[in-house]
Amino acid sequence: MTNEELKNKLSGWYNDLRFTETGTYLNVEVSPKNLKSLAEKLKSDPDCAFNYLFCYTGVDFGEELGVMVHLESTAFRHILVLTTKTSDRENPELDSLHEIWPAAFLQEMEVFDFFGIKFKGHPHLKRLFMGEEWKGYPLRKDYVDNVNMIIR
Amino acid sequence: MGEFLTDNIKTQEYFLNMGPQHPATHGVLRLLLQLNGEIVENIDMDLGYVHRSIEKMCEHDTYQQIIHLTDRLDYLSSHMNNEAVALAVEKGLGIEVPDRVKVIRTMMSELTRFASHALWYGVNAMDIGAITPFMYGFRERELINDIMEETCGARLTMNYNKVGGVRYDLHPNFQKKVKDFIKHARKKLPDYDAVLSNNIIFKKRMKNVGFIDKDNAVLYGLSGPTARGSGVSCDVRKVHPYSAYDRVQFNEITFTEGDSYARYRVRIREMWESLSILEQLVDNIPEGDYKVKTKAVLKLPEGSYYQKVESARGEFGVHILSRGDKLPYRVKFRSPNFANLSALNKMAKGVKIADVVAILSSIDIVVPDIDR
Repeated sequence: MTNEELKNKLSGWYNDLRFTETGTYLNVEVSPKNLKSLAEKLKSDPDCAFNYLFCYTGVDFGEELGVMVHLESTAFRHILVLTTKTSDRENPELDSLHEIWPAAFLQEMEVFDFFGIKFKGHPHLKRLFMGEEWKGYPLRKDYVDNVNMIIR
Repeated sequence: MGEFLTDNIKTQEYFLNMGPQHPATHGVLRLLLQLNGEIVENIDMDLGYVHRSIEKMCEHDTYQQIIHLTDRLDYLSSHMNNEAVALAVEKGLGIEVPDRVKVIRTMMSELTRFASHALWYGVNAMDIGAITPFMYGFRERELINDIMEETCGARLTMNYNKVGGVRYDLHPNFQKKVKDFIKHARKKLPDYDAVLSNNIIFKKRMKNVGFIDKDNAVLYGLSGPTARGSGVSCDVRKVHPYSAYDRVQFNEITFTEGDSYARYRVRIREMWESLSILEQLVDNIPEGDYKVKTKAVLKLPEGSYYQKVESARGEFGVHILSRGDKLPYRVKFRSPNFANLSALNKMAKGVKIADVVAILSSIDIVVPDIDR
């Protein structure tokens, strides 16, 4: 499907989606409460058939924390970027997508490790890279480490 | 005697540490194998032994400066990693590079792919227990490293791409050396098959080991030869062509068996395809500039940019979030090795300990790319 067709299809499902096209692919922003149901529809809908999750990026947007999920359909080769933001920086929590796309399993562990976002329903959230004793979440913008970081 | 040898015998579950210093993990990867006797029940991973936080470092560097950091991700596909960043920034800024640059980039990518596959062929065989293929693989790789050294100034971390082109023009010897190499490799590649592909011990170690079916391969986010061994058509060079891949003829290699041996055969056939791509381009390098002039300070317009390329291990992607500044707001490297590793648990469930080594080497991991 083209970007326009995708937009029309998705707006029919939810009315609070925000579409942006600045950049490479079509970007859709969804509220955290609709994330999992939208993801399920994106995968199971025969016209969308997004079965290949190829990039899972945690982002510190400044005020909010969030994830950007790149999805592709191997049948139709259309690509969509799913963005979700949560404004709770103290105890951020999002739904886990690993049951829909198993590829998200390790990726969510990585996002948890670097951004501190907890994923509801993820069975094995642990600090994959930094180790359990590490304090803080290094890829957040407000992370300070006077020993290991040089800010120019 | 017979009554003891039933499948019902269960031993006490125990854990075995594989790595971080294990020759078959190709670096410092630590796996915790949960075992029942010699059967693997589950694999837990402990990563980060070579984590350098390259993504965080990128947030403090300009777009020109981050390219050399990507050499240090998958050091065997350094050219493709460089290319991905260069292409992403060029696309975002609307810079059109000359044809000569596209062809040079394509040729360098294929040389890198051949070198990477040749190295993999050697170490894969060594993991299984054969020594001779290691010498074969490194012999061919050395010739490519020499070609790289002449043109790029480095053998491994080439840092040859830049935004708007490549850093230096081709060395006058380049065409002759590539032609010599193609001739040499065409003569030597049949040896690869003769010494290993039909070896009965090798086949028994690789066949029906580490099976993953086509649907799961996609769902687990596999890419590259690992996915193509399961019959997934996922070659970025075919699906989303970049550089000069739309003007060369080559086949996408897929096998449907989905086991370690299928992945092995994909890579062997891909070496032939790389040679064929090189042969088509070596006499058709267009004349012209090897770079275009760009502004001294590059500022990507606000937005989210993504570029995927086919590295030797699969789909390498660069995701750049820009806020219109000269520094990127967030850079994420989509590492093919990290994605491929997520299927290890699925592939290795129920196999013997020794097979984990075969599976790991058949998905061809490079640890610095996993840890980033």
